[in-house]
Amino acid sequence: MTELLKISGLTKAYPGVVANDDVSFTVAEGEVHALLGENGAGKSTLVKMIYGLVKPDSGTMDLHAAPYTPSEPRAARASGVAMVFQHFSLFEALSVAENIALGMENPPKMHELSQRIRDVSETYGLPLDPDRLIGELSAGERQRVEIIRCLLQDPKLLIMDEPTSVLTPQEVDVLFETLRKLSAEGTAILYISHKLEEIRALCDAATILRLGKVVATCIPREQSAREMAEMMVGQALHTPKASGAEPGDTVLQVSNLSLPSATPFGTTLTDISLDLKRGEILGIGGVAGNGQDEFLNALSGETKTAPDAVQFEGQPIGNLGPNERREIGVLCAPEERLGHAAAPDMSLTENAVLTAVQRKELAQNSFVNWGKSRDYAKEIIKAFDVRTPGPGNAARSLSGGNLQKFVIGREVLQNPDVLVVNQPTWGVDAAAAADIRQALMDLAAKGAGVIVISQDLDELMEVADRFCALAGGRLSSSRPTQGLTVDEIGLMLGGAHDAEQEAAPEAEPTHAE
Amino acid sequence: MDLSAINPVVLTASLMVAATPILLAAIGELVVEKAGVLNLGVEGMMIIGAICGFAIAVETQSPLLGFIAAALGGAVLSMLFGFMTQVLLSNQVATGLALTLFGLGLSSLMGQSYVGIKAPSTPSLNLGPLSDLPVVGKILFSHDLMVYVSIAIIAGVWYMLRYTRTGLVLRAVGESHDAAHALGYKVIRIRLLAIGFGGACAGLGGAYLSLVRVPQWTEGMTAGAGWIALAIVVFASWKPWRVMIGAYLFGGITVLQLNLQAAGAKIPVELLSMSPYLITILVLVIISSDRRRAALSAPADLGKSFHASL
Amino acid sequence: MIRLEKRPSPSRAWTIATPLVAVALTMVAGSILFMILGKDPFAAIKTIFYDPLFHPDFAAFSRPQLLVKAGPLILIAIGLSMGFKAGIWNIGAEGQYIIGALAGAAVGLALYPAESFLIYPAMVIAGALGGWAWAMIPAILRTKFRTNEILVSLLLVYVAENILASAAVGWLRNPEGGGFPGSRNLSKWASSANPELISGTGMHWGVVAAFIAVILAYVVMSRHLLGFQIQLAGQAPRAARFAGVNPSRLVVLCLGISGMLAGMAGLFEVTGPAGQISIDFNSGYGFTAIIVAFLGRLNPIGILLAGLLMALTYIGGELAQFMLGLPAAAIQAFQGMLLFFLLGVDVLSNYRIRIGTGKAA
Repeated sequence: MTELLKISGLTKAYPGVVANDDVSFTVAEGEVHALLGENGAGKSTLVKMIYGLVKPDSGTMDLHAAPYTPSEPRAARASGVAMVFQHFSLFEALSVAENIALGMENPPKMHELSQRIRDVSETYGLPLDPDRLIGELSAGERQRVEIIRCLLQDPKLLIMDEPTSVLTPQEVDVLFETLRKLSAEGTAILYISHKLEEIRALCDAATILRLGKVVATCIPREQSAREMAEMMVGQALHTPKASGAEPGDTVLQVSNLSLPSATPFGTTLTDISLDLKRGEILGIGGVAGNGQDEFLNALSGETKTAPDAVQFEGQPIGNLGPNERREIGVLCAPEERLGHAAAPDMSLTENAVLTAVQRKELAQNSFVNWGKSRDYAKEIIKAFDVRTPGPGNAARSLSGGNLQKFVIGREVLQNPDVLVVNQPTWGVDAAAAADIRQALMDLAAKGAGVIVISQDLDELMEVADRFCALAGGRLSSSRPTQGLTVDEIGLMLGGAHDAEQEAAPEAEPTHAE
Repeated sequence: MDLSAINPVVLTASLMVAATPILLAAIGELVVEKAGVLNLGVEGMMIIGAICGFAIAVETQSPLLGFIAAALGGAVLSMLFGFMTQVLLSNQVATGLALTLFGLGLSSLMGQSYVGIKAPSTPSLNLGPLSDLPVVGKILFSHDLMVYVSIAIIAGVWYMLRYTRTGLVLRAVGESHDAAHALGYKVIRIRLLAIGFGGACAGLGGAYLSLVRVPQWTEGMTAGAGWIALAIVVFASWKPWRVMIGAYLFGGITVLQLNLQAAGAKIPVELLSMSPYLITILVLVIISSDRRRAALSAPADLGKSFHASL
Repeated sequence: MIRLEKRPSPSRAWTIATPLVAVALTMVAGSILFMILGKDPFAAIKTIFYDPLFHPDFAAFSRPQLLVKAGPLILIAIGLSMGFKAGIWNIGAEGQYIIGALAGAAVGLALYPAESFLIYPAMVIAGALGGWAWAMIPAILRTKFRTNEILVSLLLVYVAENILASAAVGWLRNPEGGGFPGSRNLSKWASSANPELISGTGMHWGVVAAFIAVILAYVVMSRHLLGFQIQLAGQAPRAARFAGVNPSRLVVLCLGISGMLAGMAGLFEVTGPAGQISIDFNSGYGFTAIIVAFLGRLNPIGILLAGLLMALTYIGGELAQFMLGLPAAAIQAFQGMLLFFLLGVDVLSNYRIRIGTGKAA
């Protein structure tokens, strides 16, 4: 195979951290090349350099054996390099066709473009209506928009940043079909992921990054997932241990909870019921954007519901606010760390006050006891091994993993009866993720009921006793995780998906208003 | 009270004149807000436009040069806002307020020697037989150039936003600056251009006040027109033609209350002169109470600072 | 190439230093402005900033004026700062100030010419309620209809000015005033007067209220949960809701407090320094207080200092007008400039400035 992209000695440093250190590898035409590494290993910075978003401090790139120095994404696209982002660069209030036009250098007239979108989407089996607004699409459909936007430019190299994190297992299969087809047509794919099984299924070669450096290259099909994981992490992984305790009485019950969406592009929750027992972890799987935020808000009290829809030990609490729920022992940790779970510019001490003021009695007569609050922040830092110079530092100065440990620690140390966490290890490095999972399991072992909402199915299989799927604002019934196969999970997620499809025609008129 | 003194034809014609300053300022602000920037300094840019336009028109005896100077003056002042908010990342609300306070002060300083002077008159266009048409001629075809320019700007902005790539990119930047940046668009540059356009339009609007509508220079003569322009953008749900409807409605109320005052209506003068503000508030309430619509039409990144972190 | 780089935590040193840098830069830019106006910049700066305090002929008169002018500015700015911190933009303090003055004066004048020590407190309460009620309009419209409080509060200033006009020439006009507009002179009627409490200092009840407001605001903002919630709501609205803060309650509270303080400031002014309700007794304090709030970094102690500084520019400006023939508007532009520079240099507390490193973008 002929060489398409050659990276030689790329280095990029940010203040206090070297994101990429002397990175070299090559990608051949039509090759599916994996870029493997933990969060923070430098994968994103590397592809941003290839896509012209970030300029390297030193090192060179060659494309088709000619020097390649994209000054901006436009130049990269002109050279035949396209990218599908992990967090989509899409505009919710614009239509599919408008979004695609924005990613093209010389887009044709709108009606021509719409026709081409239909053609390409048919060719590659990615159904898409060019006139719909992005805000109305599911995460999987949004990814199709990004992919089609890239395909319309006949790219020679397609970069995909964690593409499967937003997909159901069935959708992943469809995506892989598309990618194999592209690869067969001669398009090279740079596939970024930390999911080893996917890489083994799809990729021809892999470059493994750790702390900004290339630590290994391999042919994924010839390696076991375990071997690759150790190359990626550089140490033996600590796997959380389940308690194996018998679940106790029902502590939290949700009955027929329905909530209309508060924002134009939000998800409407429909008829959600579940019961949570003491000592167990209930895993809620599903792709983000399917009602996870809305459901967490309904449990935390940020959104109030009918009193009976949420019950704590048989008492109706649906109409209580967040603080009243905290007082009785129902605690939450939302997905968005900066801005929701924590205030970015406030110190860790202040962020400790944010949710712990009642249960930890950090205030007397509404006057905050800052000394006591600082002590509590220190306690969290110590107990959860949060790496920070001290409790006076702003939340946003912490890395994602450390802040998440702080947030989870802040709730766990309040000894909740119920803890609901949304995406507890999203964007968190493997070591911190393992610590967080262990903390959740320990909490359950002590007799609390824990709900883990996550799109990482492996994580749920690891920590949860029971599993249910949230899709399109509907929750499936739960099944024990013991013995549950990936296919069965896929069906649970897909089953809820079908319900969404059926409900779609009814939902349409509300958007038209 | 003699209501017969109020001639509907004259009223309609003069409401277009009364509406033009706000129309100009509002359509400029609409473009700025579509790009995701909230510039609360419209009042300040208008009054700077008013004095720049007035001074140059008096010095050169050319209203046209006056209008050009006003647009420049407004644009220059808006660039100050642009530099502060886009480059130095200052808070847009506070900076907009600062722009208004500074503009009011600076304008009265610049206008020291122009108080009490009459502006050179801005001629009405001679549209030949059109102007002589009964009723319609008086209402539609007997105005000065700027009235038509303002309508042309509305049409131009509408076309640009709806059919051109520039318009698409502008809307994209206002919807999500991060996504636009990731696609390689120059968010700051696009926003600065939009801010400059808004400033020029506000300047023109101010000059229309001092050169045509009043036509005189007095301190603080904009009297809240800039704020009403801001309100009209909300009223219009960020749609160009609705800006025109809003401005003309507002112009109609203004002219009507002035006519009622002149006709000696038995309504207290103060109540009449506060009525445009009260009605603006009322309209704002009605528009914003429709939660779904308000959330859908406002640019999603309106008023947020953009800093490319990586 | 100059780049901005976000600091991990806001710099405390720069937070304190930026107002001083802004004042210095404003003096430089102001000098250029004065030069363009054909005035000696050094004389002008000295007249504005030094002479009111230390000039042998003027200081005796000017020094007390410092508190007289700073009092209402500080009182209003303290209220505004709490809202600004929470992201609630009441920019119509001028209107609340007018309505407060009218309400207080109306209560007093209704009792004229009775003599009682209870009249003045009643007027102060009426003033506070008047300002509060006027601020409740944008508060309720925002919480019930999500109407933008910036526009509503500002537009209400023009409404308030018209009400003031009708009061001055109509329903509050002095019946013994020979048909001239304006109310009875409240400062000359013992029961409603707001006199200088300590002669030669300019201290009146409004200044006392301002000092109390500074202390209370300081305690609330630094120790009370309400202060914590205000800051949380301003910095991270979603986190605030997660922490159980009710945004509507905060809007009503912040607008209410700022309206109340502005209304009281109006009442103190109209019974003291201004003396009567007249068509233009309000001298734009409600707007200048916005500058004071920002210049004081929305911090109560900062506002105290900023209010004194801004009062100095008022007095110095008048002096410069009288001594050097500097136009009155110059000082207004000068104050606007100060706010600009402050907002501009603010970038230093949150970002580091990096001067180009090689090829870096």
